[in-house]
Amino acid sequence: MLLGRVMGTAVCTIKYPGTEGVKLLVVQPLNKTLEPVGGLQVAADVVRAGPGDLCVMVRSREAALAMPDIKFVPVDLALVGIVDELAVQPEGEFELVMRRGWNPYYGKGQP
Amino acid sequence: MILGRVVGTVVTTISHTAFKNRRLLVVQPLGVEGEPPDADFIALDNTQAGIGDVVLVNREGNGARQVLNNPDAPVISVIVGLVDSVYLE
Repeated sequence: MLLGRVMGTAVCTIKYPGTEGVKLLVVQPLNKTLEPVGGLQVAADVVRAGPGDLCVMVRSREAALAMPDIKFVPVDLALVGIVDELAVQPEGEFELVMRRGWNPYYGKGQP
Repeated sequence: MILGRVVGTVVTTISHTAFKNRRLLVVQPLGVEGEPPDADFIALDNTQAGIGDVVLVNREGNGARQVLNNPDAPVISVIVGLVDSVYLE
């Protein structure tokens, strides 16, 4: 699952059976610091997001499961949540590499 | 499954019904020394994990649906364990 920003809408007049009525949005996948990752993609919308919204997206087979009725549809990216608040700790706050030997992780935030 | 550290939280009021009453967390996978870390992602919490915790994350849909006990959940990444320690040879 990943973050994405809605950049626009895509309109299709001819769609595969089962995907009629599903809104298609053009999204930019983002990382945790909201920097773009890769190019624009098209996602199916089930949460009524609009342009400019920051969203949670799901990829692969699970995107089709987000559809309201028919779950066996050719969809590989879906918006499943609209983000109200994103709180990410700054880089370097936590140890993100594992070293040889024991790496104890008990205790909040302790490497 | 992979090991990662919880580095953030995501709050959504409008979301798919499978996400209700569960927290979404930003997870940064742990890497080994000298190699670039994998890209961060969002995971659904099933263990009451918090920011700073090292967690075990299932990144596969069928396992996630079993954990959530919902055969139609549009979820791929789900946190299934809190890691106490890791030993590397």
